[in-house]
Amino acid sequence: MNEIKNEIKADLFEYLLRLGDDRLILGHRLSEWCGHAPILEEDIALANIALDCIGQANAFLTLAAAVENNNRTEDDLAYFRDETEFKNLQLVEQPNIDFAYTITRQFFIDAFAVHLYDELSKSIVEDLSGIAAKALKEVKYHLRHSRQWVLRLGDGTEESHNKIQNAINDLWMFTGELFFENDVDKKLIQEGIIPSTKSVEQKWKEVIESALTEATLKIPDDSNTNLRSGRNGDHTEYLGHILAEMQIVARSHPGAKW
Amino acid sequence: MVNLNLHLQEIKNILKNIPDPEIPVINIVEMGIVRDVEFIDNELVVKITPTYSGCPAMKAIEDDIVSELKSNGIENISVQKIFTPAWSTDLLTDEAKRKLKEYGIAPPEGKAENEFYRDLITKPIECPYCNSRETKLTSQFGSTACKSLHYCNSCQQPFEHFKCI
Repeated sequence: MNEIKNEIKADLFEYLLRLGDDRLILGHRLSEWCGHAPILEEDIALANIALDCIGQANAFLTLAAAVENNNRTEDDLAYFRDETEFKNLQLVEQPNIDFAYTITRQFFIDAFAVHLYDELSKSIVEDLSGIAAKALKEVKYHLRHSRQWVLRLGDGTEESHNKIQNAINDLWMFTGELFFENDVDKKLIQEGIIPSTKSVEQKWKEVIESALTEATLKIPDDSNTNLRSGRNGDHTEYLGHILAEMQIVARSHPGAKW
Repeated sequence: MVNLNLHLQEIKNILKNIPDPEIPVINIVEMGIVRDVEFIDNELVVKITPTYSGCPAMKAIEDDIVSELKSNGIENISVQKIFTPAWSTDLLTDEAKRKLKEYGIAPPEGKAENEFYRDLITKPIECPYCNSRETKLTSQFGSTACKSLHYCNSCQQPFEHFKCI
């Protein structure tokens, strides 16, 4: 690992937790579709995307553990932290509800991940830029998949149009959080380790607007966004349930191997 | 103890005995998963790279490397996972691509820098069975993340394609 200044290690650790937790929780949510998706091809696609997410989470959390250098592994970070220590977006913990909600959640996060990872692949921290460059190739495929479904559902039947419009209206309040920024970001931006939030926000908006317009869907008002952020450890009621299911085996049998 | 008399090339040849767990007709060296082999402080370090971040075969590959090398008398081994530079289908040798096709998987077409993110709907993939281009995409994701699913209208066979990345 290339040298990282001591005074920014805590900030970088915090930021890597955000990156890792987003993928871990999203991957877990998507995995709930396995065996339940509307058609076989989608079952396979969602399971594959979930797998990419878990793999990316593994890479980000492994790097986080190395930066923290406190005798914790990526598994410790995934299985032995409590709800308020998770730094993922509230968007990724929202329940699947139906296929339209799942695709909307995925589309919002894919458009964000593509532009964020594209910028992170230029980071001066080589370990981070390497993981981001790898993940970028994968999330581009995810975005193509979710974008095509937004078009198909929006510009499909009256029922599919209404379902995805409802999902967009409901999930929109969680999109403001994508561009959360605090002192951690400011310091890392200054060091050239992460991109400015504004640059990602602009590109995200372009992707969303072009797809929703093409899909004959309405873009909700901007004013309605959540004020409390998962980046600060504030979560909706859903995260606790995910963690209970995800962590129970590791916590019941600490140190178990198979 | 590491047998220092073994040259790195010989070690690479040993690693060629290990098949890819998902596509057993090609080995992990021609797949481009083994990126580097070197001795560091009396330890043999094998650097491998995942095809996809979430590739579930990585653990199996690591275990296979250790056991194959041990059965050839090499004891002091560490397997390192590296991400940079990211794995690409460009690392597949021509021989590996030929084997993929024989196995019924349409190999990646062209170089990743040109064909990555290829529009599989408007640019159909060649059928590995009858070489027809009268094929269509049925799913962007196949049995593994690295493949997509297609259907050949000429010979009416479904087939998988190894996506360019």
